[in-house]
Amino acid sequence: MLAAVLSRRRSLSEHISMLYLQVLLNGLVLGGLYACIAAGFSLVWGVLNVINILHGTFIVIGSYAAYFAYVYFDIHPLVSIPIAAVILFFIGYALQSGVINKVVAAPVLTTLTLTFGLDLFLNNLLIVAFKADYRKVTLENPLGVLSLSGITVPIDRLAAMALALLLTGLLFWVLDASRVGRAIVAVRMDREAAALMGVKVKKIYALTFAIGAVMAGAAGSLMSLIYPISPLNSGIFLGKAFIICVLGGLGSVPGVMVGGLALGVVESFGALAFGPEHAVTLSFIILILFLLFRPTGIMGKRGFQ
Amino acid sequence: MKRGFWILAAIIVLLLPWVGNNYFIRLATIMMLYCVLALSWNFIGGLTGYPSFATAAFFGLGAYAGAISQGQGVPMYLAWVIGAALAAIFATGLGLAILRLRGHYFAIASLVVADVLREIVNSTTNLTGGGMGLNLPVLKLGVDAQAKLFYYCMFGIALLTIFTAAYVMRRPLGFGLGCIKQNEDAANIIGINATIFKTIAFSLSAVFVGGAGAFYASWVNYIEPGDVFDILFAIKPIVMVLLGGAGTVSGPIIGAIVFLILEELVWRNFLTFHAGVLGLIVVFLIFYLPDGILDLNYRRWFGWRKN
Repeated sequence: MLAAVLSRRRSLSEHISMLYLQVLLNGLVLGGLYACIAAGFSLVWGVLNVINILHGTFIVIGSYAAYFAYVYFDIHPLVSIPIAAVILFFIGYALQSGVINKVVAAPVLTTLTLTFGLDLFLNNLLIVAFKADYRKVTLENPLGVLSLSGITVPIDRLAAMALALLLTGLLFWVLDASRVGRAIVAVRMDREAAALMGVKVKKIYALTFAIGAVMAGAAGSLMSLIYPISPLNSGIFLGKAFIICVLGGLGSVPGVMVGGLALGVVESFGALAFGPEHAVTLSFIILILFLLFRPTGIMGKRGFQ
Repeated sequence: MKRGFWILAAIIVLLLPWVGNNYFIRLATIMMLYCVLALSWNFIGGLTGYPSFATAAFFGLGAYAGAISQGQGVPMYLAWVIGAALAAIFATGLGLAILRLRGHYFAIASLVVADVLREIVNSTTNLTGGGMGLNLPVLKLGVDAQAKLFYYCMFGIALLTIFTAAYVMRRPLGFGLGCIKQNEDAANIIGINATIFKTIAFSLSAVFVGGAGAFYASWVNYIEPGDVFDILFAIKPIVMVLLGGAGTVSGPIIGAIVFLILEELVWRNFLTFHAGVLGLIVVFLIFYLPDGILDLNYRRWFGWRKN
């Protein structure tokens, strides 16, 4: 009888550890997408010293591009990323070179209020064009579910996470190895010196902002598989980008990856422990604690390398 | 002459309810509410130079504090005082924590406070009614009498804010805040206790907003988290101050009046696109009126010499 009780106990504890593993995995899958959400935001903040309030709306535009590509042309959201990327590249480049570049060196309040104003405009445009209804990409042929000894994860989500991390890695490679990327890093390190070396700073700013928008668009395409799509969601994405940047440390791609994965895991376990309605509060409180006690983030302050 | 202008303005404001209809009284009440928000933000944003986005948090906190205490049977005016006091205490604690941050970090920390409070209010359904919102006891007064009562009460709160702002600016406190705005490290060196000064400015930017929030709750009789913690309550005061001219008393007042007129025109003519037009106004403002209306050299337009 004792043996029976013991074995039942073990199975219960096994059950609990399986639950934790499942929650951890869910958190990591979400975290990979979060890394992609914040990558462009972090890049713009780090290089331009501008908090881009438009970032959330950019992500929503990417989601709409994926949605319409799927509904009208039957293109899978994982494949339609280039469409969203091209659209957002032009929006981003135009906004930076036409509007934001003119006040890019102004104090925080000016640039922040400016991007707030632009966001009010763009977001309202989306609401007028697409209504505030929630839409969703419902795949006709989902790839199915991967099941490994009791832990399950939809393959579509897993693919989205892998692609998100891949894209974030690609950004790292672009900054690290390409000519444009080195110019961006140079401008971040020392604007005046970069200008003296023949880098066209304003053009690099516009390109950086456009790349940030492209990352937002890609993240939006990927998120369309998981999140409902509506202009009203832009604030949620923006809040996540804030938290990830502060968690991981500002202005570095590895920081964004660590911050994104950390936020995903924290949100999953927070929802398990306190209930999903408190997950947002928890993550914002972590944000404020990090700002106060470790403003350089988990990784410490480091630039793009 | 300046004093004469202010007295004339006060007389107009006092007489308006007996001339205008309820629509005008309502607009004028909102206008004075905006004055309170703009002047309050001016303490921390205009004088001290800290880009605070916490106004929405103070407003919502005051509204809920007032609404809950009125629901418990506290008299209306006392509930407003409770809203103001709670917002001020909260701002003091919050300020001691986040005023150590500067620039973007301070902006983000102050921006998420409203979100945190909204989520907390949303999830404590027993106390706040959660997403269903909260109904307040209705006054046993006629519609016209109520409109006039709230109008004069708001005028009182606005006057209190204006006098406080004018007083602070003439005292060493105002001077110290100006020093902090220009160079905080230098201000510390010449003997200004920047931490205390900033915290006082932050609390001042909360106390009247909290009172106005509690007033708002009594005025509209129903509040819900998405309404009173709306981030636009943090953006609008900034736009008003930028519109009028930062760091003065008359700037935020002029900004609030002009903003209300613009907003009302936009609301009337662009019902589904008012937020978008508001955004365009913000962009226009930053490019063409960066120092506000007060800084305009209007004398030159009329061929007068600027003295």
